[in-house]
Amino acid sequence: MNADLSATAECPVCGAQIQLAADAVQGELIECSDCGTELEIISVNPPQVKEAPQEEEDWGE
Amino acid sequence: MEKIRVSVVGASGYTGGELLRLLLFHPNVEVKQVTSESYTGKFVHKIHPNLRKSTQMKFVSATELEPCDLLFLCLPHNSSQNKIDQYKALAPKIIDLSADFRIKDAAEYEKWYGHKHSRPELLNEFIYGIPELHREEMKTANYISSAGCNATASILGLYPLYKAGLVEEDRTVIEVKAGSSEGGNKVNEGSHHPERSGVVRSYMPTKHRHTAEMLQELSFGKKIQVHFSATAIDMVRGLLATCHVFLKNDLQEKDIWKVYRDAYGNEPFIRIVKENDGIYRYPEPKLLSGTNFCDIGFKKDDFSNRLVVVSAIDNLMKGAAGQALQAFNIMYGFDERTGLEFPGLHPI
Repeated sequence: MNADLSATAECPVCGAQIQLAADAVQGELIECSDCGTELEIISVNPPQVKEAPQEEEDWGE
Repeated sequence: MEKIRVSVVGASGYTGGELLRLLLFHPNVEVKQVTSESYTGKFVHKIHPNLRKSTQMKFVSATELEPCDLLFLCLPHNSSQNKIDQYKALAPKIIDLSADFRIKDAAEYEKWYGHKHSRPELLNEFIYGIPELHREEMKTANYISSAGCNATASILGLYPLYKAGLVEEDRTVIEVKAGSSEGGNKVNEGSHHPERSGVVRSYMPTKHRHTAEMLQELSFGKKIQVHFSATAIDMVRGLLATCHVFLKNDLQEKDIWKVYRDAYGNEPFIRIVKENDGIYRYPEPKLLSGTNFCDIGFKKDDFSNRLVVVSAIDNLMKGAAGQALQAFNIMYGFDERTGLEFPGLHPI
């Protein structure tokens, strides 16, 4: 259920609305359910997230 | 609730077999008869071995067809238009899975199919069969013409962009990579295993007939051009359409996300697949085997206004039988997902 969901942030990559859990904390890593991007919570109030830094993968390009 | 009595005409082909696989497990359907002229009197599972113990039905000749509530026509192209009066007399509703009634303009039909349509006055009686585009019309329709598989993947991939007027109308290029089941179950020299296995065969670089459907459904009253090519690859089921379009304005990927989310956010069988990491970052046909999903992804070129849209389906499902059953569910007011819930296999 959504009883523990309190605030909504916008994914900076795809624009999806992401609900932060009631016990979310600054610095926590979460994942966007639409685009799969790993996001860092930079503020709980107001709710804000940014794209978490990723290691580059080598796909043999 | 009383079940809808349906019969399948031309049930021995791959599309007919796939449709039967779905219909036999649909809670609101009774399959009354299945026809095949080549296999009259044979058990269905003789031709569709996956249906062994699912049904003890035998194929009958189309001449033995009895009245029913709805007929599914899974015949070769240029068949149903020549016997449509006979089928109409047997059932008040028809879903035709061939190409015969897809194109609304008789001149366009003749241009792409190379012969005159025998019943052009009936073309507008049929609703074009992609539910995401024509859902409201289907609710009251008696006749539906299911879309071509390559057309389905291409149109669903590009529809939101064309509808919103976001892309240049004359520069769309589409390349489809297709599995062998697209060619049906009739053998030829090119389908012989030593010849077919391992190929990347450019079998229709231009003039593919499904282009006519793309032009019809994406034009929105404007003159457009779609440049389509098809390549056969070493895969049984599935197809991947890679569509290159050029944006009129400098949109960012987040803007494109919004366009697709607005168009398909509530669609039960369309998923936006676009991730920055992981193995399956974009649509992958093999994950869709047996499912009714159309997975769509996209990537904006950083150095130009080109947007690459990638769309994948199972050609026998969302590209044929699954699409037809989804339309059937809409016609009768059933939940669209009924009989189509299979989520696919992984790994496969």
